[in-house]
Amino acid sequence: MSDRPSPDDGLSAAGLAAKYGLAVSGARPRLVEYVRQLWGRRHFILAFSQAKLTAQYSQAKLGQLWQVATPLLNAAVYFFIFGVILKADRGMPREVYIPFLVTGVFVFTFTQSSVMAGVRAISGNLGLVRALHFPRAALPVSFALQQLQQLLFSMLVLFIVSIGFGSYPKASWLLIVPALALQFLFNTGLALIMARWGSATPDLAQLMPFVMRTWMYASGVMFSIPVMLADKPVWVADVLQWNPAAIYMDLMRFALIDGYGPENLPPHVWAVAGGWAALFAVGGFVYFWQSEERYGRG
Amino acid sequence: MADPIPGAKIPTVIADELHIVYRVNGAKTGKGSATSALSRILRRGESPGVRKVHAVRGVSFVSYRGEAVGLIGSNGSGKSTLLRAIAGLLPAESGHVYTDGQPSLLGVNAALMNDLTGERNVILGGLAMGMSREEIKERYQQIVDFSGINEKGDFITLPMRTYSSGMAARLRFSIAAAKDHDVLMIDEALATGDRSFQKRSEDRIRELRKHAGTVFLVSHNNKSIRDTCDRVLWLERGELRMDGPTEEVLKEYEKFTGK
Repeated sequence: MSDRPSPDDGLSAAGLAAKYGLAVSGARPRLVEYVRQLWGRRHFILAFSQAKLTAQYSQAKLGQLWQVATPLLNAAVYFFIFGVILKADRGMPREVYIPFLVTGVFVFTFTQSSVMAGVRAISGNLGLVRALHFPRAALPVSFALQQLQQLLFSMLVLFIVSIGFGSYPKASWLLIVPALALQFLFNTGLALIMARWGSATPDLAQLMPFVMRTWMYASGVMFSIPVMLADKPVWVADVLQWNPAAIYMDLMRFALIDGYGPENLPPHVWAVAGGWAALFAVGGFVYFWQSEERYGRG
Repeated sequence: MADPIPGAKIPTVIADELHIVYRVNGAKTGKGSATSALSRILRRGESPGVRKVHAVRGVSFVSYRGEAVGLIGSNGSGKSTLLRAIAGLLPAESGHVYTDGQPSLLGVNAALMNDLTGERNVILGGLAMGMSREEIKERYQQIVDFSGINEKGDFITLPMRTYSSGMAARLRFSIAAAKDHDVLMIDEALATGDRSFQKRSEDRIRELRKHAGTVFLVSHNNKSIRDTCDRVLWLERGELRMDGPTEEVLKEYEKFTGK
C-alpha cells in the first residue's frame, strides 16, 4: 500500500497530520472545553455514583438499610467513648453535646470519605481509565457525589437525634442546604487534588487514614475548640477554628442545635466557608486538569 | 469503500516513532523487604523500585480511511498496548499518535458492576461509552434482545454476578457493540458465547465496520484476519516487524510461527 506514490510522500508525520486536520490522540483539551466535556458526562457521573452506592451493600442481608445503620452505629460508638467514658463534653449540657458530637462525626466523615475515595479514584479504576474515554475528572467528582448521597442518609439519623434531644425543626435548619453545598464543593476540590496525587503515588491510600485522623482530632469533632484550648494562646484556637473541617461542622451545628448559638462561631464564618469552597473547587479542578493526559499510566 | 479521488488517500491514524513504557510498582526482583523499600523512597529520582516495561518500541505507520488493519504477533508483543495508545488511553513515552476523531476500543467491561442488575449495567455501560440517556432508552430493547439474556427467563433484572460467564460475556459484548465509532478498535476474543451468539456477534462486527472509518482488529485467528483485513501490521517484542497486504504478511508470519 505504501509503495504507491502520492502527493503526501514528502511530508513528515506531523506535517501529514496537520494537512488532514488530525489531532494528537489523548491530548489534553483546553480548560473551557474540558469543563464542557465534563458537563456532557453529567449523567454518567450521577449514574456511576448511584451505582457505587447501591453496589456497596447489595450482598448484605439488610441491604440498603445499612446506609442508615452504619452512621447510627458510628455515632453510638463515639458517644460511648467520648460522652460516657472520657466525658469530653466539658460542661456542655447533654441535649447539646450529643447532637454536637453526632453532627461533628457525620460532617467530618463526609470530608474524610471524600478524601479517601479521591485518593483511589484514578489508581483504583485504572481498568476503566485504560478502556474508555471520558474526562478523568468525572471519577473523583462522581466519588464525591457518592459521599454526598451517603451523607443524605446520615442526615436522616442526624434529624432524629436532634429532635430526640429537643432541637426541633425551625427556620435555621434551612441553613443546612448552603452549608452542605459549600462543603460538597470543598470536598470535590480536595478529592480532585487527592486523585492526582493518588494516581502518581498509590501509597497515599495507606498514609491518608493517619493524616485524616490527626485532622479529625484537631478539628473539634468531639469537643469545643474554644473551651478545650482556653488556657492555650488564642492563635492556636483561632487556627483550628478556621480550618475548613471545623468551619463546616460549626455551621451545621449552629443550624441544627438549639443550644449552639452564634457565640460559638468564629467571625465571618460564611465568608470563610465560601472562600474555602471556592479555593479548593476551582484550584483542585485546574490542578487535576493539568495532568489529564497522564492518568492511566501504570 | 472508494476514495473520493483515486489515489488520494485520507489518513485517519498516524503513529510516529511511538514508544510506550509501563511502570510497574513492586515488581522489582530481588530484595522486596520493607527496609529496601524505605531506602528506595529516600533515594529520590528515577526510583529503582519501579520496573519499566518497554511495551512498544518505535512503531510508525499511517492508516487510511476505509482500511481494515489487522494486528498480529505472539502473546505479549504489544498489540493491545498499541491499540490503547492509538485510542489515547495510554500516554506515550515519546513519539506521537495523530488521529481523526476519537478512536474507541470496543469493550465496556471495566465500567460494569457485578453487583448491579443487568438492566442498570446496560444504562451504566451506555453512559460510560458516552451515549446520551435518550440513545440508551432507544437502543435498550435492542441490546437486551441481542444479548439473548432474556431467552431463558427474566435474567436482566438479576444482578450480573448471578450470570454464568457466558451470559455475562454476551451482555458485555451487546452493550459494547451498541455504539457506532469513527475509528473502531477490536481486541481479540470478543466473540464469545455459544455458536449462535458467535455468529450474531460476527455479523454485528461486520456491520460496525461498515459504519466506521477505519477498523483495527487484534486477533490470533489468522482466518478472521484474512476475512476482515486488507492490511496487516505484525508486531514482535514491541517492534513493527512487517507492514503490508494481508496475504504477504500472514505468509511470513505463518512461516515464523512454524505453521
